[in-house]
Amino acid sequence: MGLPSGTFNQGYAQDMAIFRTRTQWVMLFAFLILLFACPLFFGDRILTVLTIIGISIISVHGLNILTGYCNQISMGHAGFMAVGAYTSALLTAKLDFSFWAALPCAALAAGIVGIIFGLPSLRVKGFYLIMATVAAHFIIIWVILQLYGVTGGADGMAVPRPEIGGFVFKSKASYFYLVMAIACLGTFFAKNIVRTRAGRAFIAIRDNELAAEVMGVNLWTYKLQAFFIGCVYAGVAGSLLVHYVAFATTDQFPFMNSVWYLGMLIVGGMGSTMGVIFGAVSLKLLDELVTVVGPILAAAVSPQAASSLGLIMRGLVILLFLIFEPRGLAHRWQMVKSYYRLWPFSH
Amino acid sequence: MTTDQQVRLRIDNLSLSFGGVRALIDVSLDIRDGEILAIIGPNGAGKTCILNCINGFYKPQQGEIVYNGQKITRMRPDKVAKLGIARTFQNIELYTGLTTQDNLMAARHVLMKQNFITGALYFGWAHKEEIEHRRTVEEIIDFLEIESIRKKVVGVLPYGLRKRVELGRALALEPKVLLLDEPMAGMNLEEKEDIARFIIDAFEGQGATYPNTPVLRDGIKTIILVEHDMGVVMGIADRIIVLDFGRKIAEGTPAEIKANPEVIKAYLGQETEAGTG
Repeated sequence: MGLPSGTFNQGYAQDMAIFRTRTQWVMLFAFLILLFACPLFFGDRILTVLTIIGISIISVHGLNILTGYCNQISMGHAGFMAVGAYTSALLTAKLDFSFWAALPCAALAAGIVGIIFGLPSLRVKGFYLIMATVAAHFIIIWVILQLYGVTGGADGMAVPRPEIGGFVFKSKASYFYLVMAIACLGTFFAKNIVRTRAGRAFIAIRDNELAAEVMGVNLWTYKLQAFFIGCVYAGVAGSLLVHYVAFATTDQFPFMNSVWYLGMLIVGGMGSTMGVIFGAVSLKLLDELVTVVGPILAAAVSPQAASSLGLIMRGLVILLFLIFEPRGLAHRWQMVKSYYRLWPFSH
Repeated sequence: MTTDQQVRLRIDNLSLSFGGVRALIDVSLDIRDGEILAIIGPNGAGKTCILNCINGFYKPQQGEIVYNGQKITRMRPDKVAKLGIARTFQNIELYTGLTTQDNLMAARHVLMKQNFITGALYFGWAHKEEIEHRRTVEEIIDFLEIESIRKKVVGVLPYGLRKRVELGRALALEPKVLLLDEPMAGMNLEEKEDIARFIIDAFEGQGATYPNTPVLRDGIKTIILVEHDMGVVMGIADRIIVLDFGRKIAEGTPAEIKANPEVIKAYLGQETEAGTG
């Protein structure tokens, strides 16, 4: 990716900067201001959608580091979210922890469970690892359901809203701010991880495991680190989700969510921090489209057609991306950027 | 070849077999400081097997590999790399999704210290370390004359350049011992000359031209070269070891090897009484 005409790097720090030109900085701040101004313009319904998108972005960042960068495909991501969710729920509801103490514990617990289920990755790859992570999801959910006395099993449990100094994050707007602040931080950390030593080790493992090992990357620790980081993100997202709903049940973490998170990665572009955001936003917006189109379709054709519309649309979009743009929206975005960098002189 | 030079890497009675196939049979050799050792032999002689044993890919059933007085037989590949043994591969094994520059940065892994937590925070330690190592990587890019492809993803590069990037990645690890597995395979004459020049320059060291890169400044003292091109081998190797069907059949200077009847027999076959070969 070239620089705009007339811009030259002086020194390595400039060359490494993510935001290089003044325009890029202005765009970043404009985006952040618009993002945090959202509660001023939008009603609760749209804020709810945006909050859920924010939580998905956090979760998919984790999956991106694990799957997009380190190539350890996980289909148990919703399960790891559940670990974080229940850790946080139990600590706040049963042990009177504050949310702020429970959140890091949730992240850590999910990370540790992630490491445990990541152990097979040292032996098995590809399809077999997918099966192991699918098993991880069902084992986690099964354990939660069995521990009726602690977790409330299938009945679920009530979870308090986060509060700070007497202020309770009760309104949609306040929770939106909380989630978006964490999502921004998560994005910042994710981008930094992948552009430094650990991130390059993950990519080395993804692109050429054999060479990575010969060049000194310890496969054992780095695969487990990828699982840890990926599941820490999942744990944070899970915790935010149950505190938002103020209730924890296993229904919030269905297996299909794990699949959709992978779908978001495919649509957005594996191995790209921007792709995570694109993917999460576009698939969630697709859902919203379905809720609008669905009733119309139900009236015009049949209720049965409308009920499965969501699944069909998501499946179709993921399929089309796999066929026509396997590198996802992030790659399209790069193409658009390079096009406009040279516009109107394309050569 | 004086014998007072220190032995850097020693292989004693190495035997390796895969089921019934005996890939290496009782091979012994040593590599001293300040020499380029070439290993030659017909296809399937076990040349790459020796490199794979040194690297720790293959676990030999018998024998020992001693590096700097330390046994490295059956050691994990990443630990061997940490000791300062780098290699290139016969079939290029680059990180195809990364740029040239990041491939070289990735090879600095063993020399870097930051973990994913300081990496996530980035500003401060990780940033400082990135810049420090970037400086060295740029010198290696400069040395190999691959500035123009610095930001290109290596997956799309032509074969000759990818070979060169792979050599760069091995140099970026700042190895004490460099293992080169057919660095000239599939190249035309000019590309071979370029690579030969890079190998010799890296071996000899470039002094003050590259002040931030010890490996380029002082040179790599020990290189093992597996190569089929006899012109190259005879030209740059100090000593040659010849393998045939897993056995070492000859060892000596290029001139000695050229005249060795065993070697000629291995390569060209033996003339029978009837002269049909």
